[in-house]
Amino acid sequence: MNRTLTVIAWIVGSFALSVYALVILPQKQIGGLQPQIAEEDGKITDIYPIQNIGIVEKGREVYRSEGCIYCHSQQVRDVQNGSDLFRGWGERRTVARDYIFERPPFLGSSRLGPDLANVGSGKWRNEAENDPRRPAKRNAQWHLLHLYDPKNVITESNMPPYRYLFETRKITGQQSANALDLRKGLAPEAGFEVVPKPAATALVGYLLSLDRSHPLNEVKSAMLEPKK
Amino acid sequence: MIAAAEPAFAPHTTSTRPLVAPMTPAERATIDASTRGPVLFFLGNSILWLLVATLLGFITSLQLYRPTFLADYPFLTYGRLWPAYQNIITYGWASLSGMGVAIWLMARLTRIPVRYAGVLVAGALLWQIGLTFGIGSILGGNSSGVEWLEIPTASAVLMLIGYALVGLWGILLYGLRKESAAYISVWYLLAAFLWFPWVFATAHLTKSFPQLGGVVQNIIGAWASQSFYSVWVTAVGLATAYYLIPKVINRPIHSYNVATAGFWTFIIFAGLTGATRLSGGPIPAWLVSLSIAANILLIVQIVTVAVNLVSTIKGEERYIYHSPTVRFTYFGVIAFLIASVLGLFSSLRSIDAVLHFTPFLVGLQQLIIYGFFSMVIFGAIYYILPRLVGCEWLSSSLITFHFYGAAYGGSMVTAMFLISGLATGIALSNPETTFAQVIDSASLYVAGRALAWVLVGIGHLIFALHFGLMLLRIGQPGGQPTLFGAHGEEAH
Repeated sequence: MNRTLTVIAWIVGSFALSVYALVILPQKQIGGLQPQIAEEDGKITDIYPIQNIGIVEKGREVYRSEGCIYCHSQQVRDVQNGSDLFRGWGERRTVARDYIFERPPFLGSSRLGPDLANVGSGKWRNEAENDPRRPAKRNAQWHLLHLYDPKNVITESNMPPYRYLFETRKITGQQSANALDLRKGLAPEAGFEVVPKPAATALVGYLLSLDRSHPLNEVKSAMLEPKK
Repeated sequence: MIAAAEPAFAPHTTSTRPLVAPMTPAERATIDASTRGPVLFFLGNSILWLLVATLLGFITSLQLYRPTFLADYPFLTYGRLWPAYQNIITYGWASLSGMGVAIWLMARLTRIPVRYAGVLVAGALLWQIGLTFGIGSILGGNSSGVEWLEIPTASAVLMLIGYALVGLWGILLYGLRKESAAYISVWYLLAAFLWFPWVFATAHLTKSFPQLGGVVQNIIGAWASQSFYSVWVTAVGLATAYYLIPKVINRPIHSYNVATAGFWTFIIFAGLTGATRLSGGPIPAWLVSLSIAANILLIVQIVTVAVNLVSTIKGEERYIYHSPTVRFTYFGVIAFLIASVLGLFSSLRSIDAVLHFTPFLVGLQQLIIYGFFSMVIFGAIYYILPRLVGCEWLSSSLITFHFYGAAYGGSMVTAMFLISGLATGIALSNPETTFAQVIDSASLYVAGRALAWVLVGIGHLIFALHFGLMLLRIGQPGGQPTLFGAHGEEAH
């Protein structure tokens, strides 16, 4: 019986250790992180990160609900941990402070598609820097088109099309400003247009908001030049 | 009911400690009969979940090959089916089948017949109601968004209540036991029974605490998921293998002390390995270092399992050819050893930098939950069922087909994950390779995976059919186990 009690005591003790090391300690260390605030002459000049509001938060819900995290990560690793920075997915690694307002953060564990931590930044790319097929701008129109028909914008894409986030409707009066400019075969018949539903608009708003390139004091390593 | 032929020898009676009295065939039959209702209920339901998981495994593989497949139905898109698949294979198949086998093992090892079986069945029902609601939420777009903890808190609470009925009962049974020496399997089962609800409750109840800061939520998800694999899956799988292999071969495990050393290493370090899932990510670096160190120290356990179970079977390899139980279980043990060694190496920073975010890590999980755990559980079911229903399996050919489907198909699924992980990992780590080329390098393996799932599916359908026949008592007359090859040649 004593031996049994010993076994149970060890099981309980090891569980306590596991919770302490992997839940309580991390929460103590990074659970209370605050935004980085820059002040000049007693006036706040800069705060990062800030909380999402309105359409961006709605778009975040669409991102969660559609399970985008199972193919897209939102974390940029340092140069010794992979080629993330060289691929144009960010200018610095991301750290815990980048995610303090996110419930939950969409770190992701799989990259069947590119990392999206900075997809809203103008500098983000997923092609070689001089690739002629690199889109001039990944703006709202580009993202909407990409959601509706990924292969139209990236021939090799393995992303599923999200057509149910759009609707085809009859044009009454003038064509809508946000109607998609679709390729042959996908374009609706004359007199009809494809427009994003509110969920698609929100999702694109969220994607465009994703930019974690703001400098942080704790990130010292800048982008290194790739070895030629 | 005719009791199945079984040697008087029991693995847990070989320790040097004095025993109450050896178990008589009559006592064994009474205990087995008392577990019949709940064990058949757990196993039968778990097999239904396994069939669903197999279908989802196939569909999600096909979707990666043909992205437009089912893309117009929101609840059937990859982003929802994939987490559904993960949750079904862990909480539907692995949890329920593990509990079913554990109940039977506990009753036998403690020599206590099951009383109030209705409590167990109620537990299984609550668990499945919670799980079904959780899967529905994921498919309906209401996942929590915390990877590995997708099901809503309400589901988790229902499942937890269901589990409490089973787990508390298991621990009570242990308290009433007649056997004075606790066998290594009992220790592993106790660890599984005690750890599981704590991890499950801690993770699901804290994931939505408002005080919880940003990435701590992800750390908890990683910790909970890794704990499920390293504690529940490993502990139940090893407990079963440590019982079945010596039992069927009719000789004690090679070294009991070595097994004990492995258990202690496991208990102390298995719970600390979770942070490797966020290696290189925005979390404190010491967390990852701690998990890598724990992974390295777990090598003690890997070696003890290898030495013990492989040495136990040495010289008696004919059982692998003739006994379905030993063949499936032994396959599982070998898969455990391969998965552990691969897991150890892939957690090292330099290797993880290449393999992180690739299907390699999914492949490792698949190897543990399918190659190891599921195969051991299949072996256990082939052993247990004849003792519950009173007849032997109808056809050794059906068992052979199941083995081929599960072993070859399952290995192929795993291999496709692992190889495509290596291929994409190497391609991704070279910045000169465009992402489009990376996608290209993986597409063939995705197609292969879909095909492999078909093989697995055929195996599972045959198995489910065979299981169903046993429930209807359609089989060989009781007494002589259904063996591969030469019938009845070996005393089993």
